[in-house]
Amino acid sequence: MPRSANPNKVAPPAIVSDAVGDMREWADLALDTAKTRGASFADARVVDIRLRDLSTKNGEVGTLAESESLGLGIRALANGCWGFASSDVLTREGVQACAAQAVAIARASAMVKRADTQMVSEKGYVDTWQNPYVKDPFQIPRERQLDLLFAADFAMRRVKGLTLAETSMQFRRLEQWYASTIGSRIHQLKMQSGAGIVATSFAHDEIQKRSYPNSFGGQHQLAGYELVEALDLPGHGQRVAEEALALHRAAQCPEGERTIILESSQLGLQIHESIGHPIELDRVLGMEANFAGMSFLTLEKLGKLRYAADIVNVVADARLEHGPGLGTFGYDDEGVPGKRTTIIKDGLFTGYLSNRETAVAIGLKESGGTMRAESWNRLPIIRMTNISLLPGSWRYEDLITDTDDAILMDTNRSWSIDDRRYHFQFSTEIGWEIKHGRKTRMLKNPSYSGITTEFWNSCDAICSRDYWTLWGTPNCGKGQPMQTMGTGHGAAPARFRKIRVGMAFAK
Amino acid sequence: MNTRTKKARSSRRTVAESSVAEEHLPSDTELHHLAERVLQLSDADETEVHIDFVSDALTRFANNTIHQNVAERTLSVSVRTVFDGRTARAATNKTDDDSLRRAVAASAALAHSQPKNPDLLPMPGPQKYPRMARYFPATADATPQDRAVAVAKVTGLAEENKQTAAGIFSTGASLTAMANSKGLFASYRQSRAECSITILERDSSGWAKASATNRDHIDPQALARRASEKAAASRRPKEVEPGRWTVILEPAAVLDLVGFLFYDFAGTAVLDQRSCFTNRLGKQVMGENVTIHDDVTHALQSGPPFDGEGLPRQTVLLVERGVLRHLVYSRATAKKMKAKPTGHAMPLPSQDGEAPFNLVFAGGNTSLETMIATTDRGILLTRLWYIREVDPYEKILTGMTRDGSFLVENGKISTGIRNLRFNQNILEMLCNVGQMSTEVRAAGEESFDMVVPAMKVRDFHFTEVTKF
Repeated sequence: MPRSANPNKVAPPAIVSDAVGDMREWADLALDTAKTRGASFADARVVDIRLRDLSTKNGEVGTLAESESLGLGIRALANGCWGFASSDVLTREGVQACAAQAVAIARASAMVKRADTQMVSEKGYVDTWQNPYVKDPFQIPRERQLDLLFAADFAMRRVKGLTLAETSMQFRRLEQWYASTIGSRIHQLKMQSGAGIVATSFAHDEIQKRSYPNSFGGQHQLAGYELVEALDLPGHGQRVAEEALALHRAAQCPEGERTIILESSQLGLQIHESIGHPIELDRVLGMEANFAGMSFLTLEKLGKLRYAADIVNVVADARLEHGPGLGTFGYDDEGVPGKRTTIIKDGLFTGYLSNRETAVAIGLKESGGTMRAESWNRLPIIRMTNISLLPGSWRYEDLITDTDDAILMDTNRSWSIDDRRYHFQFSTEIGWEIKHGRKTRMLKNPSYSGITTEFWNSCDAICSRDYWTLWGTPNCGKGQPMQTMGTGHGAAPARFRKIRVGMAFAK
Repeated sequence: MNTRTKKARSSRRTVAESSVAEEHLPSDTELHHLAERVLQLSDADETEVHIDFVSDALTRFANNTIHQNVAERTLSVSVRTVFDGRTARAATNKTDDDSLRRAVAASAALAHSQPKNPDLLPMPGPQKYPRMARYFPATADATPQDRAVAVAKVTGLAEENKQTAAGIFSTGASLTAMANSKGLFASYRQSRAECSITILERDSSGWAKASATNRDHIDPQALARRASEKAAASRRPKEVEPGRWTVILEPAAVLDLVGFLFYDFAGTAVLDQRSCFTNRLGKQVMGENVTIHDDVTHALQSGPPFDGEGLPRQTVLLVERGVLRHLVYSRATAKKMKAKPTGHAMPLPSQDGEAPFNLVFAGGNTSLETMIATTDRGILLTRLWYIREVDPYEKILTGMTRDGSFLVENGKISTGIRNLRFNQNILEMLCNVGQMSTEVRAAGEESFDMVVPAMKVRDFHFTEVTKF
């Protein structure tokens, strides 16, 4: 992509670290050292991360913490193999030692080598990118942020019988300077915000809970404090508390084969686990076999497998046009521009998540641009960007009216899938019975399970863009050492036929 | 003896090799000096400093080749200040005066931003801790070449057997220290090594893993042989019906299940009524053959002998012959629950309160071989995967079997089987333990390493089967 044609480019960062000049120098020094030591390719990332974490529990402060972390990670290719080293000693000697260590590690890797590493070609980019946001969360007074959480906490605890009210906010500001020996010099700034509330009730030897707007700490996006304000946490406190209590009196989700309707946040996690992970090409090629596992999507299935019903279309899209997801960026962590890849087209499996190295294995001419690292001290690996189900055409009200007998499930409570991503089981916080086109009684402990492709082929209705949300999953774990990454998942409520429900509580 | 051998070998390293030796850990004098600099920058009523240093390296292999090979060096300084009953924490990984001053100021600003906490207790003064020797230089200083030599033996074995190996071999060291303005100072250092190996065939796989503070206690080749044998023995897996089965769980599988009880033993979790032990203290919650301690001093355990407040970690009897006897408590939780603090606090402020990091399950005297030999029909499990909590009070967990699941018939392993999903009440499972092996240090994926035995369990509940 020509440098000037980058559609993600917006105004230069409003906040530029005082250290950006140093960041550039450290990265250049690392590359020079790696080249001098014999690296045939190297890229370096200097990353400056700031975090703010606030939470309350039953009217008291739970967590109140801030942190900053600055360091350098360098990846070097020598003797046909990779080495990676990282350090927070950002002196001339420290940076040189770190780069030399990366090259030496690469040479050690060559002691157990089958073939030289190959990568698809890529251009060098000189660019600046940041996600847009309105209000810098780090400039909002902490007192104001705590007041908002206390207001939500109070709204939940006003409901008599609630045993635990929890609220939280997290903010992350990541500034990165990326440089590579093919000429890239990329400065990126990502501002991430997230917030949510949880009402938990213990009664009758049973724990029930409701979260808003989602579990995992709520909703998370690449956005400023405006995201938190728009969520109106206090305005939802009473409802979630009342629902948590009402669940004790609700009927148990039945066991059997049923039609189900998944609300968008649960469907977002379904996409994450049963589409996002299996399409990771490093898994497919066996590179994650020891920990995260492999994938049923073996190479011969590309372009042939009916992954889903005809109405299902899924993309991997890191571009800003897709939305402010946790998988949105200008460039990935090996200097490849953020892209859109069609994963499922009218139900047909059409694409993987790739990087410069794995693209070679399947004959692609370019990387899919999915390499990301949790921080400066972690090696970039293939990660989901925004893996989204494209909207359908249904109005939500029409979907309910059109459904004769089903269970509507909302807000994830537990999730599990096998290490090749065939068999899954999810449970949600709450369910509702749909009878003759109407939402009727509440159900507790809803769960459903199935085989990935059978499940997606049973989809017969997807709601329209009016009901579509780009959810943030902030806690995706992968890699050794483990890395936690944020991913995005756009989804609208959808209906699935003949799904097994209730097995989580089967006797 | 092995340590000396490795030292002698390291003295003959080339210049290139020595250039990648891991960072040295700061001395106690250096830690004191750094902590003192922070304390002097603070005008808070009380100030606490945590210093954490990690020097770690990990060699990762797949498809019989090293494909990732990493090293990291991180130092973080975390400051907690207290002003008139208000406290908060700020951290940095920069140790220049300006950065430390900024961390102290951020902690103070956060502390001032909140209402007074009536439960906040004064910081403790100096404490005494048991001395533990868990730092082994040859483990901390292992080079990428050392790890590559070990990996080459693993991949060589796989290739000999026409199999494919994937896994990791990691080595390193960590240091954690804390000090406060009341004169408390604590430091702890340990080395670590971990090796995890998956051996793959066309339709089967096997796995083995070990971790230790001393890498001499890990034998990658032996682990590879075990994983290789499991992969070979589980070829052409058959499908068995889900349902209630007698199950033999190897230690890693036990660990990953019982690890989910970790937070339930916290006093705060019971106080919040989110623990499966709420209203169950003093009651029979597991079988009479189950006894659980938290014991940081156990020879097979690891981790610092002090908690996030600087109190010494005490050995706590959690479950005695199936009866829930005690929980663990931070100082604030102990005061609320009229109990004594046990030295298991998280660094403050924390809404989780405390947790036992060093669980030790008392084992039995039945070998795994005897468990198999005395089973008419059952399932042997090597490893579990993606375990999640379905019901927090009934403590129902779901998850999958993985990398070595076998049908046992008439006292022998008869065939490999396709992997199964379970939905199992974990307290019920611990009421159904028939036989146990000697306890060992086990390493899994879902939980901290713990000391647990292998177990034979009745009526383990599988609900569905997958396609491989």
